[in-house]
Amino acid sequence: MVDRPLEYDYTIAKLFMMNAIFVGIVGMFVGVLIAWQMAYPGLNTFLGEGLAEYTNFSRLRVLHTDSVIYGFVLSSVWSTWYFVGQRVLKVSMAESKTLMMIGYLHFWIYFAASAVIVVSLLMGITTSKEYAEFEWPLDLGITVIWLLWGASIAGLVGMRREKTLYVSIWYYVATFLAVAMLHLFNNLEVPTYFLSGGIGAWYHSVSMYSGTNDALVQWWFGHNAVAFVLTTPIVAIIYYFLPKESGQAIYSYKLSLLSFWGLMFVYLWAGGHHVLYSTVPDWVQTMGSIFSIVLILPSWGSAINMLLTMKGEWQQVASSPIIKFMILGSTFYMFSTLEGPIQAIKSVNAIAHFTDWIVGHVHDGALGWVGFTIVAAIYHMAPRFFKREIYSKSLMATQFWIQTLGIVLYFTSMWIAGITQGMMWRAHDEYGNLAYSFIDTVTVLHPYFTLRAVGGTLYLIGFIMFAYNIYKTTSAREIDESELQNASPMGA
Amino acid sequence: MFHWLEKNPFAFALGVFITIAFAGLVEIVPNFAESARPLVGTTPYSTLELAGRHVYINNSCNACHSQLIRPFKSETDRYGHYSLSGEYAFDRPFLWGSKRTGPDLLRVGNYRTTDWHEHHMKDPAGVVPGSIMPAYKWMYKNETDIDTAYAEQLTVASFFKTPYTFTKDIGTENARMIPMKDGSTTYIEMGDTLEDAKRLALAEAKLIVADMKDEDVKDAVSKGKIPEIVAIIAYMNSLK
Repeated sequence: MVDRPLEYDYTIAKLFMMNAIFVGIVGMFVGVLIAWQMAYPGLNTFLGEGLAEYTNFSRLRVLHTDSVIYGFVLSSVWSTWYFVGQRVLKVSMAESKTLMMIGYLHFWIYFAASAVIVVSLLMGITTSKEYAEFEWPLDLGITVIWLLWGASIAGLVGMRREKTLYVSIWYYVATFLAVAMLHLFNNLEVPTYFLSGGIGAWYHSVSMYSGTNDALVQWWFGHNAVAFVLTTPIVAIIYYFLPKESGQAIYSYKLSLLSFWGLMFVYLWAGGHHVLYSTVPDWVQTMGSIFSIVLILPSWGSAINMLLTMKGEWQQVASSPIIKFMILGSTFYMFSTLEGPIQAIKSVNAIAHFTDWIVGHVHDGALGWVGFTIVAAIYHMAPRFFKREIYSKSLMATQFWIQTLGIVLYFTSMWIAGITQGMMWRAHDEYGNLAYSFIDTVTVLHPYFTLRAVGGTLYLIGFIMFAYNIYKTTSAREIDESELQNASPMGA
Repeated sequence: MFHWLEKNPFAFALGVFITIAFAGLVEIVPNFAESARPLVGTTPYSTLELAGRHVYINNSCNACHSQLIRPFKSETDRYGHYSLSGEYAFDRPFLWGSKRTGPDLLRVGNYRTTDWHEHHMKDPAGVVPGSIMPAYKWMYKNETDIDTAYAEQLTVASFFKTPYTFTKDIGTENARMIPMKDGSTTYIEMGDTLEDAKRLALAEAKLIVADMKDEDVKDAVSKGKIPEIVAIIAYMNSLK
């Protein structure tokens, strides 16, 4: 028993990976489409007037954000959970029928709910709250899905042979707890059908909070959904895959500790920076602003820990495309977590808020940090899922450069667009009148919208190359079994 | 201490939860009751306006239009008085938005007319050359869901004590009178039954349609049907 390596069961991990790639393509395609719609509004009716309602920017925009965040990213996170969880806790899913059943339920309920969500968003069924657009029946479904994941975490942790929880597990657990809390409190809503004695749409609800309070709760949620779906699980991923792939131990345990607890404490405060100069209490705005700056410390702590893990092994960045993805991902994480706090400074926010600079900020984090780290993780997992070599290394490298170019075009164009628009909105002429009408500040953005759409298209092309590469990997050359399966993530 | 925590998943999870829950409690709870109080003169939406608000939400207008005027000269010059917390007291959900691809709409009722919206929603670039806003032609055909708006009114009136007055209660002590800025009081009427609510909404729709030119829309309203465009214009006009 002691010497026999565990046979890990990757069935669930594979299902989530395939879903991630599929939804990734769909979600990014919709993103590219709406980017082109902003540059060329005629594309709002690209399937004709009859279907205009369903091809319109405003309907597709939610589909884009929700499908990439909760479709692509969450699927990827769960794929890595069902891979990393077994390996760092030293238990196999195959050891427990219950755990396998939970895994299957987790995937299939999630898959079914995703399909319902796509249809309902296209039909315009939405609560309007960003990243929490789902009406109450779907919110209940999401709760079930989330609890199933919780059961999987509890099960694997409960059965573990390795007593000490590895850093990645800390981050997965934090993700689970925080999103559970955020989801429950932000989605408190009253179904109107039941309180009115059965009138109107059965799925309709009204928010438990009103006006300013609703905004405060929503952006406490909105900001931290970003934190706990697009940051903490991605940190979990890179803490496992970077040491594994590079063969280097994590640079500093103390830095991991400091970053983890720092991030846990500070992140939740920063939501107030979404409502600066609004009607929420001034002190909440100031707290949001200050804690956003403090947030640089734990964020950079993780990122620097990753970069220093490569100490003495930097040639791998040149030789391995997977390392390239992860190192540039971490670099984008540093960039994005510096840019965010700058935008959260009140005087900067006065210009940046409501503009495309914010959209640019989200995307250098999402495309650079989240997207690249996930791509690297899947490239690491696929050979182990299928026991095959990656189909083409040169395709990986080409993908890397095309996507990097895409990201650079995206955020530079949105920087310029955002600051241009922010400055034009506030410009006064020598008599103290507004210098520009609103439409002037829209038409001026056309070149930047076009450039952004080109950048997004490049990223999508790279992603399709990625999907093709993984698809071909399933039938590529078989791997020779030499990997030590029960090595610790620190020492492999 | 941390090594111990990392071997005890339950204590670890508890520690994480306390750490993350802390900020929410401190930031959200203290001002909660105070922030929900309406200003003098702030009234809840009529049935048709609320139905229009649902049309606004269904089409995610809030993806491109904010409803939040910040206290800067450039914003008050362009959009009117900056936002006050109490103005939003009846907004469930809030619709501040996070992006101004188009202009702010918090006080659009002060400077745009029914006629303007009618043409603009059909062909934005025809009214504002260079506009990148898509046309919303289906709103001229799709019928407004008055039922759900009425269900929401009943819900907020009973659950949140939103001051709506049933038709049967007008003039009685059950009427929910709302103080206005000029010292007078007013009430917002809500149908006793769904049929009443539809009748009220139609009466309001007829006032809007009187300023419209689209023959199909006028026709529909005269037959007792309310196209979505009428409801959303009622909502736009109520934003002041």
